[in-house]
Amino acid sequence: MPNTYQVISSVTVGSGGAANIEFTSIPQTYTDLVLKISGRFTVDSASAFLRYNGTTTNGSSRWIEGSGSSASSSTDGSNQYGPVHGIVNSTKTASTFGNAEIYIPNYTSSNNKSSSSDGVTENNGTSTTMALGANLWSNTAAITSIQIVPAAGGNFVQYSTAVLYGIKNS
Amino acid sequence: MAAGATYFPIATTTLGSNSATIEFTSISGSYTDIVLILSAKASGGNMDAWIQFNGDTGTNYSMTTLRANGSTVTSDFYTSLNYGYGDLSGYINTSNFNVEIIQFMNYSNTTTYKTFLSRASTAGNGLDAIVNLWRSTAAITSIKLSGSQTYASGTTATLYGIEYA
Repeated sequence: MPNTYQVISSVTVGSGGAANIEFTSIPQTYTDLVLKISGRFTVDSASAFLRYNGTTTNGSSRWIEGSGSSASSSTDGSNQYGPVHGIVNSTKTASTFGNAEIYIPNYTSSNNKSSSSDGVTENNGTSTTMALGANLWSNTAAITSIQIVPAAGGNFVQYSTAVLYGIKNS
Repeated sequence: MAAGATYFPIATTTLGSNSATIEFTSISGSYTDIVLILSAKASGGNMDAWIQFNGDTGTNYSMTTLRANGSTVTSDFYTSLNYGYGDLSGYINTSNFNVEIIQFMNYSNTTTYKTFLSRASTAGNGLDAIVNLWRSTAAITSIKLSGSQTYASGTTATLYGIEYA
């Protein structure tokens, strides 16, 4: 039986940080994609945008977010294709990183692209973030590149990582 | 392959036409867990994905939910259901394909009731995290998806097996 959960590519941010993390020339040979992020930002924001194929249009999302004291739900129509919450921001305890996972089924299809995102941070303190997201990129193009961008600007700090996996259904 | 090699594709379905059900049968008991990835669109109207095992249509299912629709967060529970749920607020609509990741842990044991987790995302509607319970000690050998409407052509469902060793 095949092992179908395969690493396509991984990125570890080096010294000096990075304004984004990008995967290009994504093979079109898998069924689904899974993106796992361990990250921290240099700015006071816990959200990142995903940009497919270099575009910044036709994105929308809804999410639920818990802060440790309350829960809320919001929508976003920023056209950046879906925020991913749960990246640790600059105000949190040093050396803590947030984890996020994004599942993108049928990324080569000619349908609009939906995805599911889960993100968490923990801070040994107040005002943490855990969020579940539903994202849609209203574009029928196959996904060939993914760029992860801090939503409020700034950089990923050194040692932030992102790994893109491919899953095959046969 | 090292121990723990995972995500073996057990079976996959891509609907070539609208269908009221999607079913996986004769599921091997040789894995530790199984995961169902559903990307679904509805035909005829909005619908939830209903989940039944081994042909059991009795009131042996229950669930606790955490869900949201973009403005409101809700958590509730339902007892003595005739099926489990893949989604509620993240329901399947007629516009775009949604994403449902459903995990069945220790599905083949014959000692415990079966808990399974549903995580549904539909950007146009909402999203869910649902804990379902099937009150049966039988090993899961078949999974049937149905709903109040039909699954539209192009809907995909794939069942993966996960081994811990």
